Amino acid sequence: MRWFLYALPGLAFAALIVWVAIPLVRGDDPSDLPSALIDQAAPATDLPGLPGRGPGFTTADLGGEVMLVNVFASWCVPCLAEHPVLTRLAAEEGLTIHAINYRDAPDDALAWLGRHGDPFARIGSDPEGRAGIDWGITGVPETFVIDAAGRVRFRFAGPVMPEIAAERILPLVEALR
Amino acid sequence: MIPELGHFALILALLVAAVQAVVPLVGAWRGHGGMMAVARPAAFVQLTLVAIAFAALTYAYLVSDFSVLNVVENSHSAKPWLYKLTGVWGNHEGSMLLWILMLALFGAMVAGFGRNLPVSLKARVLAIQGLIGLGFLLFILATSNPFLRVDPAPLDGNDLNPLLQDPGLAFHPPMLYFGYVGFSMAFSFAIAALIEGRVDAAWARWVRPWTLVAWCGLTAGIALGSWWAYYELGWGGWWFWDPVENASFMPWLTGTALLHSAMVVEKRDTLKSWTILLAIVTFGLSLLGTFLVRSGVLTSVHAFAVDPARGLFILILLALTVGGALTLFAVRAPRLRGGGLFAPISREGGLVLNNLLLSTAALTVFLGTLYPLFMEVAGGGRISVGPPYFNAVFLPLAIPLVAAMAVGPLLAWKRADLAGALGRLWAAALATAIVVLASLFLVSGAPVFALVGIALAAWAFFGALVELAERVRLFRVPLGASWQRLKGLPRSAFGLTLAHAGLGIAIAGMVGTEMFKEETVVLMAPGDSTEIAGMPVTFEGVSRVEGPNYLADQGRLTAVVDGEAVTLLPEKRFYPVAAMPTTEAAIHTTWFYDVYVALGEPREDGRWSVRLWHHPLVPWIWIGAATMVAGGLVSLSDRRLRVGVPAKRRQPSAQPAPAE
Amino acid sequence: MRRFLILSAWLIAIGAGPGMALEPEERMADPALEARALDLYAELRCVVCQNNSLLDSPSQIAADMRAVVRDRLLAGDGDAEIRAYLVDRYGDFVLLEPPFNPGTLALWLAPLVVLVAAGGLIAWRIARRPARPEPDPLTPEERAAVEALLERRRGDETPDGGGAR
Repeated sequence: MRWFLYALPGLAFAALIVWVAIPLVRGDDPSDLPSALIDQAAPATDLPGLPGRGPGFTTADLGGEVMLVNVFASWCVPCLAEHPVLTRLAAEEGLTIHAINYRDAPDDALAWLGRHGDPFARIGSDPEGRAGIDWGITGVPETFVIDAAGRVRFRFAGPVMPEIAAERILPLVEALR
Repeated sequence: MIPELGHFALILALLVAAVQAVVPLVGAWRGHGGMMAVARPAAFVQLTLVAIAFAALTYAYLVSDFSVLNVVENSHSAKPWLYKLTGVWGNHEGSMLLWILMLALFGAMVAGFGRNLPVSLKARVLAIQGLIGLGFLLFILATSNPFLRVDPAPLDGNDLNPLLQDPGLAFHPPMLYFGYVGFSMAFSFAIAALIEGRVDAAWARWVRPWTLVAWCGLTAGIALGSWWAYYELGWGGWWFWDPVENASFMPWLTGTALLHSAMVVEKRDTLKSWTILLAIVTFGLSLLGTFLVRSGVLTSVHAFAVDPARGLFILILLALTVGGALTLFAVRAPRLRGGGLFAPISREGGLVLNNLLLSTAALTVFLGTLYPLFMEVAGGGRISVGPPYFNAVFLPLAIPLVAAMAVGPLLAWKRADLAGALGRLWAAALATAIVVLASLFLVSGAPVFALVGIALAAWAFFGALVELAERVRLFRVPLGASWQRLKGLPRSAFGLTLAHAGLGIAIAGMVGTEMFKEETVVLMAPGDSTEIAGMPVTFEGVSRVEGPNYLADQGRLTAVVDGEAVTLLPEKRFYPVAAMPTTEAAIHTTWFYDVYVALGEPREDGRWSVRLWHHPLVPWIWIGAATMVAGGLVSLSDRRLRVGVPAKRRQPSAQPAPAE
Repeated sequence: MRRFLILSAWLIAIGAGPGMALEPEERMADPALEARALDLYAELRCVVCQNNSLLDSPSQIAADMRAVVRDRLLAGDGDAEIRAYLVDRYGDFVLLEPPFNPGTLALWLAPLVVLVAAGGLIAWRIARRPARPEPDPLTPEERAAVEALLERRRGDETPDGGGAR
């Protein structure tokens, strides 16, 4: 018993070191917040469309097939970086991509889309950012993969670069189809 | 040329550290006087070399040598010279250099002042110190070399984060490191004692001054950091239970416990293994703190540039150092036999309670800080552990601790009369009651918790005074006799009074500002008036000012404080090089409260949002901390502690046990 | 990349408004609701900052989350419902006070358990030791001699003198 008491600090310390080494070696990023929406129905959304562009984006637009939902803004630089990738995904893979225009003036968004292309099916305008909160975003851009049942299956925070699209999004989309 | 000199000095220091680590240890094992004697000069040489390296880096910063990568990344020619200087340690590499400078400094101090240490103990202590230095010098040279050159040298640097360009921050890291790293000495003493297989009163006497020195530094460092956060971050918060704050608080808690348990080892020859364990744990927590800030494993506003490779290196250092120490502890500590027995109600009992509560508190902070990490590894998802948790679990431990703090010094060693001690505190109880009633009277609707806090602060403060009064038998012998006694008291007696009373003052400050602060945020146009805590404040307008490396919108407000008009100049600054804005609050400090004003954003109609606070008693937090540090320094000036050796007459019966 | 975005958003925001980051327009008319709002802001974590609460965070998302809190307060939700609303969207991460569930059992109970266990261990070790016989009380002569010795020591100028009890 006595022996155990004296060895206890050392044993506890060893456990601590191992426990702390794991995230370090794994390269975890503590500021990466996993989405709370995974495997749940997509959040109820009913957003008006951009003026002159047609209807907005609602939850009814989801379901029936695998889709992406992209949250973007015209003032967001990484959104511009990922835009060609999204455009390619929509054109070549036949992916339906809806969008939420987050905290943006609709005219600015329309101008941006006019300049850089508009691969999106439906676009919902969210100038107050409430839909963004409903989708649990922590910045722009973010991209969600929604399955045929309308459930959120994956969330990527950050610009969808070609590697991300190839390694993480497309395989999942294929699997879900 | 100079950076190369610094680099070379570091390499030499590494070699010297290797010698310092190995030769005296072997010498002590073999009983070889010559080898053991290597320790002292090695420690001096190591300090010299590390100091040269540090001076070289400082020089590079002061002359803005942009061929040195570290200077480029963290400095700028337009920076005021003071911040060029403090920029030396405002980054990872430079702060690691400061770290080992402190390590070498403590080694040299023990080598210099520890003339009365037994030869083998001294050799082992310095060898362990050298071993730690060896590890960190390897770390610096391998992963964090501040002397790397960049070619071609850019025209100017990236500037230091504007938040760090501040006088308070000038002294916070050196003080903090002095404390953090100073506990390495207690660690080295503990390991040396384990190797020797002997812990006795003499050992405790030698350890205590070094622990006290480190404790003073850490207390000052934490207080400075808290003060800096208060005036710089813009909303008057002084403690956030942020992981890096916790990383400095944990060793403070166990270090305080160590100071107290070392007393028991010295006076009563018991609690030995526990004290050794505390010494190991305290430095271990310092190392853990160093790891947490630099590894990227936890998020914190405080974190240095994050690099998992460096984090892994420090983790390995931590594992080897503390793991080795705890293994040695498991093997050798059972052989340390204690002497003095004591009744549960006694000064020893009180100190055990002190240690129990402080250690549990440290464990609580530790758990709260690391739990999100634990949960993530266990696959439990992401949670946050914030101030609500820490307050909920820390305060119930702190309250009995502070309450007992007033009683403990009045208990006798070995077996004490609790009722008698409490009885002698009647004056403190009365004073506490008066203070609480006064608070109720002055502030209507005070929550119960606030009153508990005020009562605790008053109890601690007056209890410390009563203890001093007891020592001089105030009012029980003629005043002249009391005065004689007072003059004859050892300095450590005053150290105790100052330290304990200081804590009371600091607690009063904490309670005052947290429970009774008032705040308001309004939109004001030039000429508008508002009020805070009954004091009228007029907004006069905003003007543009230019600083050495920033542009600012400076607001001008006039407040009527105690009948006098006071000008407050809050600023919103923009530092163009770093492209970073900061907010500089305007604070008017009196002895009893702060008036704190921060400027917000302008609106289209020309009005500005202005935030005003009234923080009652907040200066007492830092006055209290300063008093605690003063108490530690006063104790250090006590000849008995500095001589560091027990009196040559070693008969326990003839030697009175001076109550301290 | 995302980290850069978040960091820059935060850095821009910290200049956009000092923390205790409420703007005057965010004050609620009803003082009771305002008090509840302030408490809730302090309990909820800003999801883009490092350890800031909604009260301290100057970022836009924090301001949006505060707006959500106000909307739900006006809609009549209770505090627990408002917390749950944000937890549904962001997970337990958004609560600064960790929930009490099987996963956090160790966190909440450990301080008490450790205190009791350590206290018990100490008590057991103390109780286990053999009782020492009480020494014989001092005779009057011995007592006088001791007192005289102590008095003399107290009058000494040496640092060792004084303070003995």
